[in-house]
Formats: sequence, C-alpha cells, structure tokens
Amino acid sequence: MTMIFGVPMAVFMGQLTLGLVNGAFYALLSLGLAVIFGLLKIVNFAHGAQYMLGAFAALLGFRYLGINYWLALILVPLVVGGCGMLMERFLLRRIAHLDHLYGLLLTFGLALIFEGTLINLFGVSGARYETPAILQGGLNLGFMFLPTYRAWVLVAALAMCLFTWFMIERTRLGAYLRAGTENSQLMQAFGVNVPLLITLTYGFGVGLAAFAGVLAAPLYPVSPTMGSSLLIVVFAVVVIGGMGSILGAILTGLGMGIIEGLTKVYYPEASNTVIFLVMILVLMLRPAGLFGKEA
Amino acid sequence: MTYMKKTLAASIAVAAASSMAISTAHAEISDGEVRIGYLADMSGTYRDLAGPGGQTAMEMAVADFGGSVNGSPIVIFSADDRNSADVGANTVREWIDQRNVDMVGGLVASSVSIAVTKVLQENNGLGIVSGSAASSITNEHCTPNHIHWVYDTYPLANGTAKSVVEQGGDSWFLLTADYAFGHALEADVTSVVEANGGEIVGGVRHPFPTSDFSSYILQAQGSGAKIVGLANAGADTVNAITTASQFGLTQSGQQLAGLLIFLNDVHALGLEATQGLLLTTGWYWDMDEESRAWSERYFEETGRMPTMVQAGIYSSTMHYLKAVEAAGTDDPETVRAKMAEEPINDFFARNGSIREDGRMIYDMYLAQVKTPEESTGEWDLYEILSTIPAAEAYRPLSESQCSLVQN
Repeated sequence: MTMIFGVPMAVFMGQLTLGLVNGAFYALLSLGLAVIFGLLKIVNFAHGAQYMLGAFAALLGFRYLGINYWLALILVPLVVGGCGMLMERFLLRRIAHLDHLYGLLLTFGLALIFEGTLINLFGVSGARYETPAILQGGLNLGFMFLPTYRAWVLVAALAMCLFTWFMIERTRLGAYLRAGTENSQLMQAFGVNVPLLITLTYGFGVGLAAFAGVLAAPLYPVSPTMGSSLLIVVFAVVVIGGMGSILGAILTGLGMGIIEGLTKVYYPEASNTVIFLVMILVLMLRPAGLFGKEA
Repeated sequence: MTYMKKTLAASIAVAAASSMAISTAHAEISDGEVRIGYLADMSGTYRDLAGPGGQTAMEMAVADFGGSVNGSPIVIFSADDRNSADVGANTVREWIDQRNVDMVGGLVASSVSIAVTKVLQENNGLGIVSGSAASSITNEHCTPNHIHWVYDTYPLANGTAKSVVEQGGDSWFLLTADYAFGHALEADVTSVVEANGGEIVGGVRHPFPTSDFSSYILQAQGSGAKIVGLANAGADTVNAITTASQFGLTQSGQQLAGLLIFLNDVHALGLEATQGLLLTTGWYWDMDEESRAWSERYFEETGRMPTMVQAGIYSSTMHYLKAVEAAGTDDPETVRAKMAEEPINDFFARNGSIREDGRMIYDMYLAQVKTPEESTGEWDLYEILSTIPAAEAYRPLSESQCSLVQN
C-alpha cells in the first residue's frame, strides 16, 4: 500500500475528505462573520449561539410543527435571520457609534443569555435529529466509507458560500454593500438607504449561521453548547483569512478544516490548538491576514 | 430612664444566657450549623449527569433527614466549577476560609476533584466525591480528607472490558479523552484487557471536549480492532457513538464498548443507536422496588430519572448526616472515622463500606442497553445482567499506592 508520511494512502485520503467537510462548515460560519464585520464593523460573538439556534429551531420545528428537514433548511435561516434583524435594529444600532468593544460585549452577552436559557430548558445532553431518509446510508469511495449526509453537507455548504460570494462581488446589491463598507456617508448622499442595508446584512449573516446550524443538526447531537466551542475556531479562521474578506473566509475555512483533519492523524492531542498556532504565525508574518488588505 | 436601663440590662442578660445555652447545646457543631457545599459542573458537558439534579438529590437528603442535626440547621451552598480545576479549588478555598463549610459534595470532573481534595487536605476539610471517575482519586491521590462514593474507572474496566474480552472481543482500539480521567480509564482498561488475554492494537487521545469524532472513527475503522473502546464520558461519548453509527462502524463488524455511559447519555442517544451496548453501572433507577420508590420521588422534583451519580449524592449526604448526628460533631476527622465505622446499605449501595484509602466499595452491576422493542417507556433503558460483588469490583488494597494503606 502506498504510504504518505507514514500513513496509508487510503487513511490519508479519508482524513483529507473529512477535513474538507469540516472545512466547509468553518467556511460557511466564518463567511457570515466576515460579512457582518465587513459592513457593520461588529465582531459578532453571538454567531455561535445563532448557529445553535438554527439547529434548535430545526429540531423544535420538527418536533412540534412537523416541519421536515428540507423546509427547515429554507425556513429556519429566514426566521433566525429575522430575529437577527430585530437584534440589529433595536440593540446593535443603539451602540453603533461607540467603540467596537461594546458591540463585542453586547453580542457576547446575548450569546450567553441564549445559551443559558436553552441549557435550563433542555439540559446539555443534546437531542437527536433524524437524518432525512434520502441522505441516509453512505458512499463507498474506495478509500473510505463516506456517509451520504456528509457529502451533502460539503456540497450544500460550498454552494451557499459561492452564492454569497457571487451576491456580494457580482451583483448591484453587493456593489452597494461594498461601497457602504468603504464610505457609508457618501452612499447615503447618493440616496441609498444605508441603515436598511446594514439591517439586511446582519440578518443575512445570522441567516448563514442558522443555515449551518440546520446542516449540523443531523450530524451532532443538538445541544445548547454546540455553538460556543465552534465559535472560537471560526474566529481564528476569520483572523487568519483577514477580517472582512469574503473569499479569504471561504478559502481559509476549507484550508483550516484540512489542516485540523491531518493533525487528528499525526498528533491528535494538538487538534484543538493547531488552528491557533497557524493564527499566531499569520499574525506575526501578515498581521492583516492572508487575504486582508494592509490597513 | 432607670426603668429603661434595667430592661435593657435584663434583656442583654437574657440574650447572653440564651446564646450561651445555644452554644453549649451545639458545642460540637461549628458555627451552630452544618454547612455543606455542592460543587459540580452546572452548565457544561457533565451538567446532566450530576449538575442541578445532583443538588436536588442533596436537598432531598437534607429534607428527609429533617433539615437539622441535633437542632443545628443544615445549610447548602452551591457553585458551578465549570469543569475547571482552578475554579473548583478557589471556590472550595473560599468556602472554607469565609463560610466555614464542613463538607464538600458533588465533585464531578476528575481533574477538579483532585485539585479540590488537595485544598481540603491542606485545610483539614471533608469531601465526598460522587461524580468523578478516576480511580487515582483513592489511589495515588488519596487523602485522609475525602471519600470516593460512586463508581470509578477500575470497576468500569473490570466489569465492561472483562466481559467483552470473555465474549471474544480480544483486540481493542481505544478512544481516550486527553485528561486525568481518560488516562486513568485507559490504564485500567489496558491492564484488564491484557490480563484477560486480549490486546490493545491502537488508540487516539482526543482533546476534551471534542465535537467532531469522524476522523477518530475512521482511524478506529482502519485499525482492524474488533472492539472500539470509548474511554471518555458525557457529550464526548454521545458524539462518538453518534458518529460511529453514521460511519457504519458496527455494520462493518466492529463493536463499540462504552466504558463510562450514564443514563442521560443513553436517553439522549436513543435506543436505536445504543441498543445492545454493554456497560457497568453503580446503580440503576429501575433495579428494585427501593430504587424505584426513591427515583419516582426524584422524578416528581426534576422531571428526569436520576443517574447513579445523583442517587449517590443522596446516599452519601444521608450517610454523612447520620455520622454527624451519631458523632455529635461536624469535625471532619471524627465524622470521616464515624462514616467508615458504619456499613452502608440503602437503596443505592449494597454491601457498602468505606476502606482506609477512602474508597466506598459496594456492589456494581453489568448492564446492557435494551432494544427499542424491549423498552416499555422513555426511561426503561437498561437490563441488569449480573452483579459484581463489592470485594471484586474495586482495586484490591494489596495493589494500592495510597499512602494511607500499609502494604
């Protein structure tokens, strides 16, 4: 059997594939963060909680309203994103003129409230969300058995990333958005409703987190703490990619998933820290991030 | 004016006399109160196996005892250790320094318990560990100031691993949580598997906590081992079992052995994913009439059936309070000695006794998770297969490294 760095080829390829699946998750989540930071200059610490709310909304929607997975994939991001817009309109906007630190504290506080409330209601053991029938089972790739659902997650997450990139980089709405990022006062002078644009952007970013949450629901037990452990990693991804860079977030997300996946083979004890090591290196060599513009 | 002075003087005298009366009556109960601290993970991975439910169990014990010992009220303080040894140790230090807490109960994550028992030893306090798994707590980390009440890694390995090897599962791959508890369990399982003629063919130490186990499951599949042993706990175990079922681990001929599975884990995972799993438990709510009766009372309070840890917290608090009452003091050394004198036979522990290393040994049980067809209700999850007698279940004193044991 062919060996790569002392590991059989098949195992290596398998880990690479899994890394890619996880990377797609990171990409999707860090994309939402990057979009929000890009326009609002808010470090959205509630992102993990919003991801968790997405998973919970899918679970509860199924349990009490009979909403199936596919419907949840569309409805949940709209509902949670809508809640995000209310949050922006009534809370974040009030502190928009203050230092970024206040936005960070506010979103962090809200995340703790969401998490704590759900822990009190549902505990931490988590609940199972059935994988939709059509995505059960697995694919034999020759070098590994890949559960169909994970393959679907990879496809769905990447499609959503591309869609977002296209919206922002290639459409008129996206052009307004980017212009608003550069100089919001000038944009307002041109008659563009910048506050509305901001509300929609935040809602969209939150919707992305909720979308990731629905994708995650059949993979991991749905539990109130599922977002907080992921959030720190996703932040590191955004920092490595460059705050506010859309393409940077996507590529870095995938790359970090792969690096983490390989660490799990060669030195699993470090798999939770390897991303932060990369972050330190990047900050030392390219403080603006791999894809960020030098300030 | 004189009248007022006289009344004042008289009332002071009365007050002084009555307070003296109180202090003589309770000379041996410090501060006139029995103060118990409940320290546990109240919000993290281990919340559901002890957490607020464990506090409820402790409060039930205090209420059943009558709320006071020889006229001195029993007070419970509680805190969240957040699975951090530092937070736990600092909380207990503060409890002892500022609130004169007499006993600390709960104690879940092994790393927290080891740190806390050191603080208790330095300050001559008393701790009863109910949630931790590491057998090292009464082995190399033993102190004269604590007792380990519920299960530990030795019977877990001795019960589950031994019976799995006997059934032909002789090659193992271990998924180990990378901290004190995981290491202890890994060591105990390895020695049991090897002693019974099996072999450990590989393993991974994963960070605590880990949410994505797919990579490790893939490595386990590639190892060719017959048995994939889960030397982890709580959400990690739940995640690992979920992922294993997604990757078709059992369909491809391998078998999972959960070394530390709690009732809430099986409840969360559902019987579809866990059926047939062998496990060792220190207690099960439905194992006999006495246990059912207590559990139904607990269920009324919390809406969930108790885990062995929550039941153990009730049992240990009760035994502690009885010892305080019998000894007439809450002095840690006297109470611990008194607790060790009395055998323990309640709804939780059968043939229980406290050894000189602080280990409370009692009968353990080998159980199997029921199939969805066998189960008759939401909490009807285990079938008890056999009893592991107290004397065989725990590490024999002859192998002990505890400094309190003379070998």
